[in-house]
Amino acid sequence: MAIATQDNAASVGRIGRTFVYLVLLLFALFYLIPFAIMLINSVKPLGEITGGNMIALPQDWTIAPWLSAWSTAQIGVEPTGLKPYFWNSIRMVVPAVVICTIIGALNGYILTKWRFRGDTIVFGLMLFSCFIPFQIVLIPMARVLGILGISGTSAGLVLVHVVYGIGFATLYYRNYYAAFPTELVRAAQIDGAGFFQIFYRILLPSSGPITVVCVIWLFTNIWNDFLFGASFASGDAAPMTVALNNLVNSSTGVREYNVHFAGAILAALPTLLVYIVAGRFFVRGLMAGSVKG
Amino acid sequence: MGFLDIDNTTKSYGAVEVLHKVDISVVEGEFLVLVGPSGCGKSTLLNMIAGLEEITSGEIRIKDRVMNGVHPSKRNIAMVFQSYALYPNMSVAQNITFGLEMHGTPKAERDKALKEVAALLQIDHLLDRKPGQLSGGQRQRVAMGRALVRNPDVFLFDEPLSNLDAKLRVDMRTEIKKLHQTLKTTVVYVTHDQIEAMTLSTRIAVMFDGYVQQLGTPKEIYDTPENVFVATFMGSPAMNVIPVRVAVEGGVPQAIITDSEGQEVSLAIPQPNLAAWDGRNILLGIRPEALTDPKGADTDSRHIVAMHNRVGVTEPAGADTFVTMTLGGKDVIARMRADAHVAAGEMFEFAVNMEKAVAFDPKTEARIKP
Ligand SMILES: Nc1ncnc2c1ncn2[C@@H]1O[C@H](COP(=O)(O)OP(=O)(O)O)[C@@H](O)[C@H]1O
Ligand SMILES: [Mg+2]
Repeated sequence: MAIATQDNAASVGRIGRTFVYLVLLLFALFYLIPFAIMLINSVKPLGEITGGNMIALPQDWTIAPWLSAWSTAQIGVEPTGLKPYFWNSIRMVVPAVVICTIIGALNGYILTKWRFRGDTIVFGLMLFSCFIPFQIVLIPMARVLGILGISGTSAGLVLVHVVYGIGFATLYYRNYYAAFPTELVRAAQIDGAGFFQIFYRILLPSSGPITVVCVIWLFTNIWNDFLFGASFASGDAAPMTVALNNLVNSSTGVREYNVHFAGAILAALPTLLVYIVAGRFFVRGLMAGSVKG
Repeated sequence: MGFLDIDNTTKSYGAVEVLHKVDISVVEGEFLVLVGPSGCGKSTLLNMIAGLEEITSGEIRIKDRVMNGVHPSKRNIAMVFQSYALYPNMSVAQNITFGLEMHGTPKAERDKALKEVAALLQIDHLLDRKPGQLSGGQRQRVAMGRALVRNPDVFLFDEPLSNLDAKLRVDMRTEIKKLHQTLKTTVVYVTHDQIEAMTLSTRIAVMFDGYVQQLGTPKEIYDTPENVFVATFMGSPAMNVIPVRVAVEGGVPQAIITDSEGQEVSLAIPQPNLAAWDGRNILLGIRPEALTDPKGADTDSRHIVAMHNRVGVTEPAGADTFVTMTLGGKDVIARMRADAHVAAGEMFEFAVNMEKAVAFDPKTEARIKP
């Protein structure tokens, strides 16, 4: 993977390296400026923004927009703030990610270590499911949720996201476990470990890196989803993204830009947090030494 | 009835049969080596004994218990893999005792067994390390410890030394042999290295193309190979196989060979049965050490024949000097004493130990038995 970077860095030379860093810095700024502006304006009184100065630092620092966005702002017709919808999103994303990851890991384990007739076809179909456009399933899914009696609930959203997420999770784990030495599984079989024991005593402890990748991917995608949220749970069970949209669109009279900015950051915060926290556990080389290389 | 019986066992993948009616009976305490070139089916056979591969037809029995369909963990076998297959997330101690834990052995007993094995293999100081922190030789020991601790009926080894460097390989070979002499457990050992096979085994099964070509003691395999494949596969440098004509002179069968100068020379073969081949061609197998300088010839042999031939290339290898030359239209290797005075391009008197010569049928390549 990233083994060659050090050699390359050494051979580029000082001038080259300075150039590379400059370019990187430029791109970093490019991505950070919008965020910085959002942040600055979310701690400004509304007057300063409508006064026309969006770039300047606030003269009066205030966290009132944040408090408003969180607990009192008008979302649709109710002045609840984003808080209940934040918990809706959590209620949706956590079970969906957990279920997807567990099933994906099990699928990957079976598809690589317990091969069966037609396993490549099964895997091909799962892979295919990753590429089905969301729009196609909207109406059938609405019907299924209706039949199951979970339309308009968080449970319904969990189901939708699990169905979509399993394909990706399986893809990640299958490819990861394909490189995992089968001899380890055979050794464990001889040692008397059963199907699940081999899975969580031998494979799972070595699955850190891929689990981090999988969780980040699923969490980000499910948290940021708007289409399914808007289609299947637009009322009390609406996720954060839908609520944010309602916040921005439902202001009667004055548009409270500072509150909108604060709300948008609140909506983005969890995914940011997942990157920062989980990224640190992205340990490579966990497998080093199991098999002589 | 042996201790481990491989009874008419075949293995097919789909329509392809990769092992054909293998029939081997192993006595308790034996060290059986399966040797053969890559792809001949050694690992497949070993995995069938272990229960990791299904048996297509035939039976495998351990202690008279039929093993077909029995789970690997219920066969009381232990296996050492080529890659060692140590669990990367577990310490050495956990690696070794994992099997006992899975079999429900109480903790106190596991610790006791671990201590014994660690002492036996001298890995006491490594018990808390992870496999990633061990050298190749140490991993090898841990892998053996994991097998030993189970106290199995049969040990299975799949090319356990092939990932080690040359020096360590020789050391570990000796160690495995010592271990076997101490424990006297039945062993089935797979290797593609014929020296490993010769040095370790009590019996060897030479395999090729899914067939057991010959099953016998190292001496039987080396001195009386069943066919040309076994003759040339076992031994290094390989046995010379020279096309010759048989002519009976004075009741004694002679091998008529064309030497490097195009002259026909005759070498008496002490195998009276070859008289039946009078006037026909055979393949004559002569090992390099049976083709040497007169002073290096085996003094116990009563059938040393002198022969002049031109030296092609000399290769001093320290303990021996190897001479390559043309004989019977083929490149032939002779093994001389290190100090023999041979020079490339000169005529030289070789001593041929005909007692050790082996005759093969040129059509079937099978040995012509006396
Ligand atoms: N899963 C499999 N499917 C099809 N053929 C296989 C499979 N495993 C092994 N073979 C074939 O069986 C033969 C023997 O393989 P193997 O026992 O691994 O050889 P060896 O260990 O002697 O090098 C080879 O020709 C190999 O291609
Ligand atoms: Mg093999």
